[in-house]
Parts: sequence; structure tokens; C-alpha cells
Amino acid sequence: MIAVADRRAPRDPDFDELAAIAHELRIDVLKMLNLSASGHPGGSLGMADVFTTLFFGGHLAIDPQDPTWAERDRFVLSNGHICPILYAILARLGTFPRDDLWTLRKLGSNLQGHPDFHHTKGVDACTGSLGNGVSVALGMALSARIQNKDWRVYVGSSDGESQEGQVWEMATAAVHHKVDNLTLLLDWNGIQIDGFTKDVMDVGDLRAKFETFGWHAVEVDGHDMRAVNDALNAAKQVQGKPQAILCRTVLGKPISFMENVAKWHGVAPDDDQLAQALTELGTAP
Amino acid sequence: MATTTEAPAVKTVATRESYGKALAEIGALRTDVIVLDADLSGSTKTNVFAKQFPERFFNMGVAEANMIGTASGLAHTGLTVFASSFAMFAVGKAFEQVRQEVALPNVSVKICASHAGVTTGEDGASHQMLEDLAIMRVLPNMTVIVPADGNEAEQAVRAAAETSGPFYVRLSRMKTPLFLPSDYRFEIGKAAKLRDGNDITLIGTGVTAYQCVLAGEQLAAQGTSARVLNMATIKPLDVEAVVAAARETGGIVTVEEHQRAGGLGSAVCEVVAESHPCNVTRLGMQDRFGESGPGDQLLEHFGLTAPAIVAAANTLLEKNR
Repeated sequence: MIAVADRRAPRDPDFDELAAIAHELRIDVLKMLNLSASGHPGGSLGMADVFTTLFFGGHLAIDPQDPTWAERDRFVLSNGHICPILYAILARLGTFPRDDLWTLRKLGSNLQGHPDFHHTKGVDACTGSLGNGVSVALGMALSARIQNKDWRVYVGSSDGESQEGQVWEMATAAVHHKVDNLTLLLDWNGIQIDGFTKDVMDVGDLRAKFETFGWHAVEVDGHDMRAVNDALNAAKQVQGKPQAILCRTVLGKPISFMENVAKWHGVAPDDDQLAQALTELGTAP
Repeated sequence: MATTTEAPAVKTVATRESYGKALAEIGALRTDVIVLDADLSGSTKTNVFAKQFPERFFNMGVAEANMIGTASGLAHTGLTVFASSFAMFAVGKAFEQVRQEVALPNVSVKICASHAGVTTGEDGASHQMLEDLAIMRVLPNMTVIVPADGNEAEQAVRAAAETSGPFYVRLSRMKTPLFLPSDYRFEIGKAAKLRDGNDITLIGTGVTAYQCVLAGEQLAAQGTSARVLNMATIKPLDVEAVVAAARETGGIVTVEEHQRAGGLGSAVCEVVAESHPCNVTRLGMQDRFGESGPGDQLLEHFGLTAPAIVAAANTLLEKNR
């Protein structure tokens, strides 16, 4: 996982292997949320393919055994509520014991309801209140320039989060200060807690908005790992400005009764729902 | 109106000026010190640092929420970050970011905010931050400091730079006397006894500390022995000094250019109520906003200068008799 020699070099992962990993991560997410009986499956499942490509496609220079390695690339999950997918990834990387997954959200657990680096190895920031993590990521990215370091910063966000004004404060500042080691991965699933984003607060064409703000902005199918991988490779070559990869995803994918249903933004599957979901994934409950 | 509150012929300086000076001095010694401002660097005096170390200064524009978050991200990577604006904006507008991304992660972001209190003056109520002590002192991990003069401001800023973790340093726009003795030593969490006395204790913070000194002199002239404490650290509060004041003088007057609720007076009452109950009179803003005017006149208008302190002390002494 540590590939420090050339952080900008393109990656060419085994996509069959990535697909298998994403499949297993989704199973973990569903089991975790069933046991915690609360949490956010929709975005966790929806961004599984994007984050699998990022973490297991070799794009991140991190050391799973030394999660506070000073030279590491940073990953900030600004829409922190989809942390179950991040926890499943970190457990698979061996950053913390896999059994921790089954303690999500319980008293004394290492896995908090929203990311908190005090509790969880491999988590780089305390996030969850929307709008905040993107600014923290900007600071981490700026720091590399100040300290003559070459780490890159990846930040997860969402279309719902882009309703926060702070996101656009950050978007303006990142361009003004010519930050080019910052890549935003935005979950564009068109759904937020209260319903479809177009009904709650239409955010319009987010790709065009980021481009207007001065970002390198591309729209990809967030379930097409080759497209995501290409976008990540391309982002690393961009100089002088930050990059936004707007990932069109399906909330809850690929569980039939969760897909595109706003309720599954933040409701955990009960035992019957878990059984059905696992059956759909070809796994015995 | 009595003229005794007029500053004697001593040198005056605004604590924000001293902040700017100290910050540039720190910057010369430490390359890991970064400064952010939100389009007010000429007023907060971070422009002194900016001129000398442009590669370590970032103007974040009129966007305080992002400034605090960015400061946090920089601090996450081991840098010591000073973030400045007016208190109203750095604390008021960005409180959520301060809580979530500075206090909670417990990172070394030093929020040094000027234009606190009614001495902000002519800008009026919208710019006179009167609630910052209340909301900052309840945050876990946060240290809250209000320097009484320029000398103390320089020392407090150095202490903030040298101590890891979140700090809030409340600074003033108005020039105030450099009244603390030249050998004065600021220490985080320690009240400074500026005058000893046994009849009553006057506790000031920031610009009101000097008014407490003047009041102490006037009380002495009438034969009352007043203890005067400069409570530069609001959190962690010097509990020992407050309890000693309650036990040894039996009455406390607190003075602050802040709402009576939630600030210095409330913090003192919390200690006294739990440890050594005594009468306390809190001078501060009476659940109202400020207004435009010269800072020194506003201080007097809202009853935060020596004559009002003397009157409050005499009333309290009468009550204790």
C-alpha cells in the first residue's frame, strides 16, 4: 500500500479483484449496521465502489500498520455519516481488528457513529457535521506545500453536503491558493435525508459549479471502477488547481429495496432485511 | 461624572498591537507557526507577520468557517496555527467549526480575536462581541485568555504558541494603559494579585483589570482595603485564588466587558457556590447589546469603570456588614 516513490504515477489495478473486494465490503457494512441497529447504509453502499478503487487500487500512500505515518496521504470523510464503509475498508486493510466492526456505535467501541481519530486508527479527522471536513482537508493539503512534503489529500463529500455554504468557501479558497494536491470525491446520488435533493434543495449541476469555481471537475459513473480509476489517475496529473470527481451513484446499491429510497439514507436493516439483502448478494445470512 | 477614570500619563497600546508584534517575533523563531486571517489582517495586526513571512500567511477571505477548518487541517499535520478575525466572527460565526474541528480534535489552533467587548467602540452592537467568554469557556480542551494590557498580551501569545492544544485569546481594539509592572509574569491559569487587601476583592479581566486597580486605589483612599485580581485566564480558572478571595475577604466584585451571564462573573460564582459561598456582585452587560461610541465612553456608560466598581464594592460591603 505504500507507494511513495511516485505518488502521481497512474495505477492499473485488477478490476475483478476490486469488484470482489467491494462486494465483501458491502456485506460487512450491512452486517455492521444490522448489529448497531442504527447508522447510514445508503451512502456507505453507494460509495463502496469509489472508495474500493481509491484504497485498494493503490492510489493512497498509507501504511495500514502505521496509520499515523507522517508522510501518508490523507483521507477525510467529510460526509462522515457513511463511515461504515470506511471502517470496513480499514478493517480489511488490517489497521484494526476485524471484530471491531461488530461493535459499531456501541458504548466503548473504537468505531464511533461518526469518524473520530481519537477512537479509530486510520481515521484522519473528526467529521460528521457537514461542511467541516472539506476545510480540514484543505488545511492538510496546504500543509504539504508549507512543509515541502508530497502527500496528497482525498476528501469524501456528497451532494447533500454541498448545500452547506462552507463547501463553497473551501472551493473558493482552494483555487485561490492554488492547491493541487487535493481531490474531492463527491457522492452525487441525488438523495438526502428528507428526500430527493431536487425536491429538498436542488443543487443543480455540481460538475459545472465546481468547474466555474475553478476546479478540475469531472463526472463519472461511481459504480464503474475503471472510470473512477481513470479519474483518480487524471486528477493526480492536474497542476495548479484542486480536482473534483463527481461520482454519480445509486444510494443503497445494489440492494433492491434500498436503491434510490431516501429512507435508507439513515436506517439500519433489521434481521429480515439483512437476510434479504445478503441473499441478494449471494451470501447466506 | 468623576474624572478619576481618566488614564494617567502612561503609555497606551491596544492588546491587538501587542499580539501582532509577538506573533512576528514568534514567526522569526519558529517555521512551524502559520497564520490565517479572514480579510482583517490590518485590524487584527496579523499583517505584521504577513509582511515578514508571506509564505506562512494565508488570507482566507471573508469566510471564517473555512478559515477555522483550514487552520484545523494545518494543525492536524503538526503545525501551530494562529487564526484571527474579529471576535464576533472568529467565535460567533465560526463557533461550530471551533467546536467540531478545533476543540473536539484537540489540535493546536490559537484563535486570537480582536475587537472584543464594548471597547470595540464606534462599529456598534453588531461588532461588539459580548458572549465569547460564555461560549468558549464551556468547550472541552479550550484554554481561554484575556490579556489585561500589551505586556500581558505578548506573554499570553507566546504561552499559547508554546503550549499544545486549542487556545482562545481575546484581544481589544482600544488602546489601554500599559499598567502591569515591568517584571510582570503571565502564567496560564494563574490570577495575578495586583493589590492585596482583606475587606473585599475586585476581579477584572482584560481592559477592566486596570479599572479594578484604579477602583482599589480609590477604595484605599476611603479606608477600604481591597484586593485586586487580574484574572487573565478564564479557563482554566484559578480556583485557588477565587476561594482564597472568598475566604479571606468575604465579598467579590467581578468586572468584564461581556454579558453578566456566562463570563468571568459566572465562572467565579460557580467556584464560590461550590467551595466557599460569599456575596458576589457581577458587573457586566445587563442582558443587552452595546451601541456606537468611543470605547472609553462606552466602558463608562455601561458601568464598567472605577467609579461604578467603587460604588458596587461599597454596596456589597454594606450588605456584608
